[in-house]
Amino acid sequence: MKTTRRDFLKVAGVTALGMAAGAGPALAYSKGAYLPHTEHMDTGHDHLAAKRWGMVIDTRAFHGEADYAPLIEACHKEHNVPTIPGTQDVKWLWTGGFHATFPHNHQEFLAERAHHAAYPLLCNHCDNPPCVRVCPTQATFKREDGIVMMDMHRCIGCRFCMAGCPYGSRSFNFQDPRPFIAEENLAYPTRMKGVVEKCTFCTERLAEGKMPACVEASEGKIVFGDLGDPDSEIRHILAENFTLRRKPDLGTSPSVFYII
Amino acid sequence: MLEKALNGNKYYWWWISLLLVCIGVGAYNYALQFQHGLQLTNMSRDVSWGFYVAQLTYLVGVAASGVMLVLPYYLHDYKKFGNLVVFGEFMAIGAIIMCLLFVVVDLGQPQRLMNVVLHPTPNSVLFWDMIVLNGYMFLNIIVGWASLEAQKKGVPYAQWVKILAIVSVPFAFSIHTVTAFLYAGIPARHFWLTAIMAARFLASAFCAGPAIMLLLLFIVEKVAKFEIGDYAVKMLARIITYAMIFNVFFFGLELFTAFYSQIPGHMHSIVYLFAGLEDPTTGQHLGVMVPYFWAAAFMALLSLALLIPSATRNCKPVLIFALIILVAATWIDKGMGLVVAGFIPNMFEGVTEYMPSSTELFISLGIYAIGALVVTVLWKIAVTVKKAAA
Repeated sequence: MKTTRRDFLKVAGVTALGMAAGAGPALAYSKGAYLPHTEHMDTGHDHLAAKRWGMVIDTRAFHGEADYAPLIEACHKEHNVPTIPGTQDVKWLWTGGFHATFPHNHQEFLAERAHHAAYPLLCNHCDNPPCVRVCPTQATFKREDGIVMMDMHRCIGCRFCMAGCPYGSRSFNFQDPRPFIAEENLAYPTRMKGVVEKCTFCTERLAEGKMPACVEASEGKIVFGDLGDPDSEIRHILAENFTLRRKPDLGTSPSVFYII
Repeated sequence: MLEKALNGNKYYWWWISLLLVCIGVGAYNYALQFQHGLQLTNMSRDVSWGFYVAQLTYLVGVAASGVMLVLPYYLHDYKKFGNLVVFGEFMAIGAIIMCLLFVVVDLGQPQRLMNVVLHPTPNSVLFWDMIVLNGYMFLNIIVGWASLEAQKKGVPYAQWVKILAIVSVPFAFSIHTVTAFLYAGIPARHFWLTAIMAARFLASAFCAGPAIMLLLLFIVEKVAKFEIGDYAVKMLARIITYAMIFNVFFFGLELFTAFYSQIPGHMHSIVYLFAGLEDPTTGQHLGVMVPYFWAAAFMALLSLALLIPSATRNCKPVLIFALIILVAATWIDKGMGLVVAGFIPNMFEGVTEYMPSSTELFISLGIYAIGALVVTVLWKIAVTVKKAAA
């Protein structure tokens, strides 16, 4: 039962969820998203696979907040992330200062450059995710490739995952988000009020053989790859550079690494 | 026996009408919230649980307090509580109904509530909270009703009633323990990440719950001319005193651990409650909870000063005053501070403050009125049956 759902989402991605939500039916149908999940397995897509997906962000290559703007725009546009003013907003990818990003890591005499830099914040797709542990309906679950997913149709909106996530990576739709989407991407579902959402490492793009939207927009400054493969590019980069992860002391083992 | 609730004087019906009006106000506001979503609350991305969850937290304590009568009566055969046990059980029913309603109104998608049952998830504490809350409610309904029925007929309660009553004892402890585990197992929420959380919950429950019950019993004594029994009152007051001593002591343990260790994460939330915190991005000093928390600390200590010496504890007007400030102090601690301060500072060491919106307050008023209605009706039945039996 659980595996079926997981497989279904791995391949069909959230496209199918969008259909059920009634969003962009024309495009979703044209992609064949209505087909049973087994059909998708044999479509011959060169979908990307990994033992454990991970991300390395070379923050040295970004100079200030403005450098992250195209990445954020690519992500939020692709996934219909609304722009809601105030404290009830929705974020998938955003930025913070050094202290906000690494709160347990207050370097007293930090290099000026690192201190004033902006750092991108997103779901860490932890190897040991607390949000999955606390979810009472399995609406949040971890795929075999390490991606922490959200089933927006299963979510009851209890927001336990928001309390459980040590990275503030989850957003709740306090209201209907649709009026706050400037330009709707019909190929991806919009959400309804009362459910939690977050970054999904672009599973829908991986299923089509594409890199995540922010990785593509970063033009090489973010590397995305298989942490489970010792010969992968990402592992070589991690071996050659000193990196930080957010709040490593909590034992969640984030899959997002920052080169400072 | 339900028909006994349909027979009351003018004041009884005025009270029932008032409750129904409050329920109506709550229902109207819930309809609005259902339509527009939780945007009508003051909860936010940073403070994602607020007043509703805090009321759940407080009321599980009120529900669990029935055990302070059930345990001595059924397990230790302490017969002086015989006249009161059913009141504790019935109050627990009202409290748990309120708890469950507070969970439901807090959901973003309440129509999917049954997903918790359809996709049972033993790794989630919320799943176990649902099990123990419902279990405890049904045990109290069965035990309370059956023992009252027996009293009406003038026969002793059956053996199975006693067995179920004793089974309800661990359930009472578990509703509070499991609710504490909702918080205590979460990484990076330092204010909640403490092994003594469940013990603190139990201590505050066993003082606040019986205190509310005793206050309500004094009202019943007055309006229904129902004899509580001087000895039972004294015993309950003593139980409340000891539980409150533990409650304050346990909070002191938290203060020591946080401030002697000087680990910033452990101190932040407590500093926020008593002094406020500066938001690093805006430089603003924020602390809406500060006056409440000082008031709570003062009332908690004053209630102890009045409850510990038997001279003041045995003086009824003083006792009533002490119980009222005890309830206020514990309510500020659990029903306001505990949940919210867990989210402050947020995951980025910023400060987003929270105070309930009018929608949250009106819906909560409605739920409290439902609880009060349930308790009124059940207690009315109990008083009528007991008076007829005597």
